[in-house]
Amino acid sequence: MEVGRSLWILIIIKLIVIFLILRLFFFKPELGKYKTDRDKADHVIENLTK
Amino acid sequence: MLLTSSLVDASRLQFALTAMYHWLFVPLTLGLGVLIAIFETKYYLSKDEFWKKTTQFWSRIFAINFACGVATGIILEFEFGTNWSNYSWFVGDIFGAPLAIEGIFAFFMETTFFAVMYFGWNRVSKGFHLASTWLTAIGANLSAFWILTANGWMQDPRGVAFNPMTARNEMTDFWDIVFSPTTISKFGHSVFSGFLVAAVVVIAICCWYLLKKRDREFSLKSIKYASVFGLFAIAMLMVTGHTSAQTVSKTQPMKLAAMEGLYRGQNGTPFVAFGILNSKKEVDNDEDPFLFKIEVPKVLSFLAFSDFNSFVPGINDIIDGGYTYKDKNGEEKLALPFNEKVRKGEIAKRALAVYGQFKDKPAGAQKDTVLMQAQSYLDENFDYFGYSFLKSPKESVPNVPVTFYSFHIMVMLGGYFILFLLIAFWLNRKKIIEKKRWFLFIAIISVPLVYICAEAGWVVAEVGRQPWTIQDLLPVNASVSGVSSGNVYTTFIIFVVLFTTLLIAELMILFRQIGKGPDGIKWN
Repeated sequence: MEVGRSLWILIIIKLIVIFLILRLFFFKPELGKYKTDRDKADHVIENLTK
Repeated sequence: MLLTSSLVDASRLQFALTAMYHWLFVPLTLGLGVLIAIFETKYYLSKDEFWKKTTQFWSRIFAINFACGVATGIILEFEFGTNWSNYSWFVGDIFGAPLAIEGIFAFFMETTFFAVMYFGWNRVSKGFHLASTWLTAIGANLSAFWILTANGWMQDPRGVAFNPMTARNEMTDFWDIVFSPTTISKFGHSVFSGFLVAAVVVIAICCWYLLKKRDREFSLKSIKYASVFGLFAIAMLMVTGHTSAQTVSKTQPMKLAAMEGLYRGQNGTPFVAFGILNSKKEVDNDEDPFLFKIEVPKVLSFLAFSDFNSFVPGINDIIDGGYTYKDKNGEEKLALPFNEKVRKGEIAKRALAVYGQFKDKPAGAQKDTVLMQAQSYLDENFDYFGYSFLKSPKESVPNVPVTFYSFHIMVMLGGYFILFLLIAFWLNRKKIIEKKRWFLFIAIISVPLVYICAEAGWVVAEVGRQPWTIQDLLPVNASVSGVSSGNVYTTFIIFVVLFTTLLIAELMILFRQIGKGPDGIKWN
């Protein structure tokens, strides 16, 4: 099934780019560097009130 | 130059690009799924193989669009965590819950039954296959519902309480969020725009076949159903457009004023049917907002409040305050001037700062008193928290030209599609559509127009609500993370390359399949 193969290739390329390149190297959650929710809350409160 | 040095603008540009690309794929999925289910129902009832072939052809088009669109929305969620971390934390689970329900429930439902719909011909019973097709269509639209619930809350925050201990909004009333008038109107308007896109795409493909003098019966019957489906969609778009205007007038009056280029309101406000804005007009000068305009008397008042003589505030009225209005709970209130909103916002911000300083201090009477007072100030003024981040009245006004022109492009194209669908239906009914080559060409040209119309609607919704990510509570400049703008530009360029490649690939596969036609599809 030619179209099916093309679509699967397209989906796999897309998922590789999204999860293995963009997610790993570019999209690191900003609050990920804080270990606890309390630290995250403090960081956001500081940002919002400075 | 598109790229600016500002991190906020770069982050917004990146988000806009991702969302607009995502919305290129979504509307066709929403509408075509339902049309396919209708075609298959016809096959199930009539047992006529023609309808099976018709269903299979449109299913193939659906599959190509689905495969190219799937996962493009995931990048938006990455961006929330990376570029909009203050926002992501601040919204708490209000935003996370609908997105999780969308991912776990609606999207899985859609994809599971899509697999049966696509691969299940002759493997499952006809009844089960038909049910799977309907469930695919319902799942796609349910996905949209949950996403729009999250978006609707940002435009009209309700059903929550802010917890200063965690700096997060916490859900107090799930159903108030899910069934807010903003969400319902937004869901209806977005989904029916998807139905319209599907109707126009189906008609256009069939008109191309008629131009090529091939697949005649398939084309005529598909046009018959698509034109009725499209007329239904556009009727519903008019209804939901009216209800959207009513919710916007209550929850986002500044957006409504920008949509109409209205700086000073009046009782019985006219609707600007067509206008050219004066580029010299600013909030703080007396220039005429328009170089030219054609108005329909009192119609904006009716659209906004279902009353031809009601007062619709303009941009300067909203900045100056002093007029009475009914809020989203139906209570009559006096509009506060911008400066007063800022003052209240700053009280809330100071209260949050004090709360943040004292929450970790050792327990004691002083701590309890300070926290109680801070909580009290916060509760009293939190509705204006976001104004504390705005420096001048101008910052509370969205980009008027972009909002105004996008809105009017959407409305004018909406009018065009009423005419287009009526003509398609009438020519088809009279069995003369294939002789009207001018219409066949117009149908093909209408495909980009219907996508422009759908995208313009989102531009109105999202540019018109600036400067807010969450209406009145958090502006974009307080929502962004402290990431480097270079990083944002890099991912922006990767997106442009990736998505453009995807779009080209989709179009190539799509055109190849359309070229093969319904008879060219070999299915199990």
